[in-house]
Amino acid sequence: MAAKSKNWQYFLGPLSKDNPVLVQILGICSALAVTAQLKPAFVMAASVMVVTAFANLIMSALRKGVPGRIRIIVQLVVIAFLVILVDQVLKAFVYDVSKQLSVYVGLIITNCILMGRVEAFALGHRPWPSFVDGLANGVGYGIILVVLGFVRELFGSGSLWGLRVIPEAWYVHSGGFYANNGLMMLPPMALILVGLIIWVHRGSNKDLIEK
Amino acid sequence: MESLNIFIRSIFIDNMVFAYFFGMCSYIAVSKSVKTANGLGLAVIFVMAMTVPLNWLLNEYVLKAGALGWLSESFGSVDLSFLSFIIFIAVIASFVQLVEMVVEKFAPGLYNQLGIFLPLIAVNCAIMGASLFMQERAYPSLGQATAFGVGSGIGWWLAIVMMAAIRERLEYSAVPKPLRGPGIAFIITGLMGVAFMSFLGIQL
Repeated sequence: MAAKSKNWQYFLGPLSKDNPVLVQILGICSALAVTAQLKPAFVMAASVMVVTAFANLIMSALRKGVPGRIRIIVQLVVIAFLVILVDQVLKAFVYDVSKQLSVYVGLIITNCILMGRVEAFALGHRPWPSFVDGLANGVGYGIILVVLGFVRELFGSGSLWGLRVIPEAWYVHSGGFYANNGLMMLPPMALILVGLIIWVHRGSNKDLIEK
Repeated sequence: MESLNIFIRSIFIDNMVFAYFFGMCSYIAVSKSVKTANGLGLAVIFVMAMTVPLNWLLNEYVLKAGALGWLSESFGSVDLSFLSFIIFIAVIASFVQLVEMVVEKFAPGLYNQLGIFLPLIAVNCAIMGASLFMQERAYPSLGQATAFGVGSGIGWWLAIVMMAAIRERLEYSAVPKPLRGPGIAFIITGLMGVAFMSFLGIQL
């Protein structure tokens, strides 16, 4: 029972208190770049979740057999292998999203969440907790991506998952009062939004505040 | 002329940090003092200037569909492009190892300051990103690929040095408590990004 609740803690930590994006500041690049719409954000989150979970599992299983000096190369090979798999699966089943994500699928390899979690957790823990930790970090990352994608798509293009949410008749060009906020679609706004999310998050978790 | 255009574009318009968010992790973490930021930025310029042309050659003569045609006729139909992730990252990782050894030997002070972030250049998305963009945009010549690599590196260096300079001043200002550290850094980067958008539309 004790082991189970510990795994549960490993799972809950990265969701909020120890969130990879908000607290550890890992994996920002892709978190911002793919979130102009909800669907690519969701696909990206799912891909990262799979890769972190299995990279942690594999590296944890290998941790006693890999000498410290060459571990970075081994990690890169394991991660690159997983990412190639994910990339091929995406190309086969959701080709249009894969095109939209373009280089950012390949960039999962250099996503700091992966190296960060493998270094900080998988090398010192048994395979099952490592798997849970990887999965939880993927989920924590995914939550931020989905929130960003939701806000940016809703206010930036008035739709969600490609479906129109704000009625066509409200828009200025058809006689209404509403206009999309074009800034939401542009890169700088993603940065500002993450800044605001961090503000709210730290405001409600006082012990995370610096100095 | 085309190379010069690519060079200027990759510094200002398609800036790695402001337009594509590449290398944000080390950008946020190492931008606390100008001196360290400058060192890391220069290392990134060097690694990018070397790895992008190298990966261009690999892509052109080994990985691309039909790229092995120079070996013999029968290899003409081989497409190894699915291997490009792993080959690019191997080239980058070995280059970073090289830079690390050189910096350790000739600038031990800088080496200690950069600490963990020097080996982490290997997983700096900016460098991998530059190689992947080079592949996606299919630059037709080695010269253009090099111009892109150097320009992107300079763009990243410019961004991190400016950010570090702002953050050094920021130490003395009254930022709301929950925003201190990364929060305000993100918002400032966003505002700098807005400023950089004014370069859009420059055409050489």
